[in-house]
Amino acid sequence: MSLRVTHDLHDRRKGRNVGVALVLAGFIVIVFGLTVVKVTSGDFDAAIQSAQPGQQNGGDQ
Amino acid sequence: MSDISYSDAARENEASFGDFFALLKPRVMSLVVFTAMVGLLAAPVAVNPFIGFCAILFIAVGGGASGALNMWWDSDIDRIMKRTKGRPIPSGKVDREDALAIGLALSGFAVVMLALATNILAGAWLAFTIFFYVVIYSMWLKRSTPQNIVIGGAAGAFPPVIGWVAATGSMAWEPWLMFALVFMWTPPHFWALALFMRSDYDDAGVPMLTVTHGRRATRRHILAYTALLAVLAIGAGFTSIGGPIYMAVAVVMNALFLLGAIRIARRDEDMAEADNFAVERRFFRLSLLYLFAHFGAILIEALLSRYGLGGWA
Repeated sequence: MSLRVTHDLHDRRKGRNVGVALVLAGFIVIVFGLTVVKVTSGDFDAAIQSAQPGQQNGGDQ
Repeated sequence: MSDISYSDAARENEASFGDFFALLKPRVMSLVVFTAMVGLLAAPVAVNPFIGFCAILFIAVGGGASGALNMWWDSDIDRIMKRTKGRPIPSGKVDREDALAIGLALSGFAVVMLALATNILAGAWLAFTIFFYVVIYSMWLKRSTPQNIVIGGAAGAFPPVIGWVAATGSMAWEPWLMFALVFMWTPPHFWALALFMRSDYDDAGVPMLTVTHGRRATRRHILAYTALLAVLAIGAGFTSIGGPIYMAVAVVMNALFLLGAIRIARRDEDMAEADNFAVERRFFRLSLLYLFAHFGAILIEALLSRYGLGGWA
C-alpha cells in the first residue's frame, strides 16, 4: 500500500472539524450580538432600577 | 484509535458534517423556519431584527433536534422504507446513540436559548413542541393508530404559534388560525404521499390509513380533509390575518387543491398505476406550494399593514 498524505477519511474529518468550528464561532457571534442588543435596548433597565432602591435601603440601615 | 485500525468499510461510512446536518431534516426545517417567521412577523409587536433572527434560528434548531430524535427512535423502520433508508442512521453513517445525544443536546440548547433571547413562554412552547413530536407522535401515535398523521400533525403546526409568542410574550387567537391551517393541511399532504409510496408503510408495519382502512378510504379521506381545509383557509381570509391579497391566493389555491382532491377521490388503483400515480404526485407537490402561498400571503398582509395598507381596514 502506498503512503498517501491525505485520504478521503482525512478530508471528511477536516470537513467535520471546520463545520464544528464554524458552528461554535457562530454561537459566539450570536451570544455577543444578543448581549449588545439586550443591553442597548434597555431590557435590563427594569432589573437595574429594582436593584438600586434595595442597595440604598441597605446603606441607610 | 489510530487510522490503521479502521477497516475500509468503516472508512467508507465515516460521517461527514453533512451527515450530521441531515439528522436535522433540513427540508422539514425549511417549513418550520418559514411558518415560524410568518408567525413572528405577523405579530402586532415590532421585534428587533437580530432577536427575530435568533428566535427563528433557535426554533429551527429545536425542530431539527426533534428530527434527530425521531430518526433515533425510528431507525428500525427507516431501514425498511425506500424513502428513508438513505438517512444517516440506516445508511450506517451515524450511530443511533450519536443521533440521540445530538437530538437531546440541541433540544436543550434551543429551548434555553429561545427563552433567554425572547421569553420563557416561547421557550416552554418549543419544549412542548419537541415533546409532542418525539413522544406523542413518534413514540406513541405513529405505530399505534391510523390517526397518527392527523393528531401528530399538530407538532408541525406549532412553529407559527411559537414565533408569535416569541414576538409578543403572550397568546392570542390569530396564531391558532395559522396552527389550524397547517394542522388541517398535514393529513391530505401525507396521505397523498402514502398513496404513491405504496409498499413503504405496509413493509414497515406503520398503521397508515392506506394500510388499515384501504386505499379507497384514504382517497375519500383526502377529499373530506381538503374540503374542510378549504372552508378554514377561506374563512381565515375574513379575519385580521387575512385581506384582499390573502383572499385572492386562498381562493385560487383552494380551488386547485380541491380539484386535485376530487380527481384523487374519483380514481381507482388501476387508473393510478396506469400513469404511475401522476395525479397523486402532482397533488403532493401542489400541497407544498399551497402552504407556502398561504403563509406568504399572510406575511404580505402583515407587512403591508405596517404601512397602513393590507387587511380589510
